Amino acid sequence: MSRPRVPAALIALAGLGLLFFLLPLAGLVLRAPWDQAVAGVTAPETATALELSLFCSLAATAIALVLGIPLALVLSRTAGRLRNLLRALTTLPMVLPPVVGGVALLLAFGRRGLVGSLLYQAFGIQIPFTTAAAVMAETFVAMPFLVIAVEAGLRSLDPRYEEAARALGARGWMVFARVTLPLLRPAIFSGAVLCWARALGEFGATITFAGNFPGRTQTVPVAVYVALETHPDSAIVLSLILLAVSVAILVGMRDRWLGAL
Amino acid sequence: MSLKARVKVDRAGFALDVQLDVDEGETVAVLGPNGAGKTTLLRALAGLVSIDGRVELAGDVLEDSALRVRVPTERRHIGLVFQDHVLFPHLTVLDNVAFGLQAQGRRDAKHLAHSWLQRAGLDDRASSMPRELSGGQAQRVALLRTLATEPKLLLLDEPLSALDVTVRAEVRRELSRQLASFRGVRLLVTHDPIEAIALADRLVVLENGRIVQSGTPDEVTARPRSRFVADLAGVNLLRGKAHGAHVKLASGASIAAADAGEGDVFAVIHPRAVALFLTRPEGTPRNVWQGETESIDLHGERVRVRISGPVPLVAEVTPSAVRELYLTVGAPVWVAVKATEISVYPA
Repeated sequence: MSRPRVPAALIALAGLGLLFFLLPLAGLVLRAPWDQAVAGVTAPETATALELSLFCSLAATAIALVLGIPLALVLSRTAGRLRNLLRALTTLPMVLPPVVGGVALLLAFGRRGLVGSLLYQAFGIQIPFTTAAAVMAETFVAMPFLVIAVEAGLRSLDPRYEEAARALGARGWMVFARVTLPLLRPAIFSGAVLCWARALGEFGATITFAGNFPGRTQTVPVAVYVALETHPDSAIVLSLILLAVSVAILVGMRDRWLGAL
Repeated sequence: MSLKARVKVDRAGFALDVQLDVDEGETVAVLGPNGAGKTTLLRALAGLVSIDGRVELAGDVLEDSALRVRVPTERRHIGLVFQDHVLFPHLTVLDNVAFGLQAQGRRDAKHLAHSWLQRAGLDDRASSMPRELSGGQAQRVALLRTLATEPKLLLLDEPLSALDVTVRAEVRRELSRQLASFRGVRLLVTHDPIEAIALADRLVVLENGRIVQSGTPDEVTARPRSRFVADLAGVNLLRGKAHGAHVKLASGASIAAADAGEGDVFAVIHPRAVALFLTRPEGTPRNVWQGETESIDLHGERVRVRISGPVPLVAEVTPSAVRELYLTVGAPVWVAVKATEISVYPA
């Protein structure tokens, strides 16, 4: 069986598209101040931003796992219009401009927000512009990726495994913990990696809801943006770090997504 | 201990309405073509499909739609064996067998599971993963996993169908041995008559969501009441209205039969009793029609010839008869059946 040949004009357009991806990356690599790279990576500000980024993104992923897996489970077991509504709500942050997400978070958890005002009055707790806010902003934007992946995994799961478990006398928790969850492991893993990658790169919602305080809310993407004004070289180094992480994720998961690359 | 069930399921384009009683100590096979509702019936008894009706097992009401009683699957004390084992792929053989015992909260679950495996001669596979087992072994482990929980009702969904013919006999032997020593109610659904006859004491034939016949395998095949059973018994089944010594078929054709009786009847003609001729036969048979050869199939030493016409029939003849009659698909042929070879019983 032979496929039809791709017309030359389309090949040219495809090449142009590829170039559009490659050029900026090439620029990043070629213009990187390699002689300062090591110093840049080990500079205290960079280390602080990197540390904070890792902490926040991992915390966001952990929260997404704890809340997102049950959410995916409920989504997959709900039928009809309610399910469509729930799914639309969960996936909204994926299409929402992150800045809008940040504003929305402020309106909900800000000092005068829906929940934030209650928290402030009752406990004196302020969330915005804290590390917790950075974690929340990242969770808000990244959790949908986990939910979508896990829900897809649940939908492709043979329902008979759970039926067999129930017929053997297993109650809800046992079915979930010993059958559903282990069988979902691949979906949970790829969902968690996607979620983490998204959290790591989060910028818009973070800077809106958490601000830009070095050591507290200044994650790597925020630091890149700020450094671009003052120390372009360190912005490039930080960008390279994020690029390296992304490539590592892509390579690590290529079997799952891209087949044999 | 016994099972009494009245199961009604109504879904778009499909209705199941079955009354089923199974006593302890008998194995009942629900036999029917694909799509007859066998699996739905089994899933209903397992509590995986909601029904209209009532299910009572060993005196306990498991479900009663009128009383709004519905015991969930996990508390029904049933055992469900699927067509293709459905062993948990992430657990070892031992953990699979121990699963149900652990669900019952038994501390010695693994120990008990091991002794089940040992008795079945599968203890050397205890630490294997399901994917490392052969199809036959996997199905045997699945059976042990279910039996280990000592269910009151054992439900088997085509337990041999997914297996290779070569291992089917081995698993069937094990299955009948296990069934013989199992003390609960045993119900098997299958579309495979061999599986049903080999394992069951009583057959219940299900077609289009209804029971069309029930009885011992001999009774059912001797007096088929449906095309499905007639086909599996290899006989011709005709339905019509009897009047005196004649049965009038829906097609308008009339056949002569000894003692046809009155009213709606089934008439069964064994394919070997159907004689074929090149020209109109002279002599005694009163049932003579002309038909057209529709298909010719070789079955071992015999040839089965399907003939269309006023009375569609299958005839079984020798290969030499096929040559002598110049039988080819589409060729005209004369058909004769002696009235005494037709058995008629009320529908």
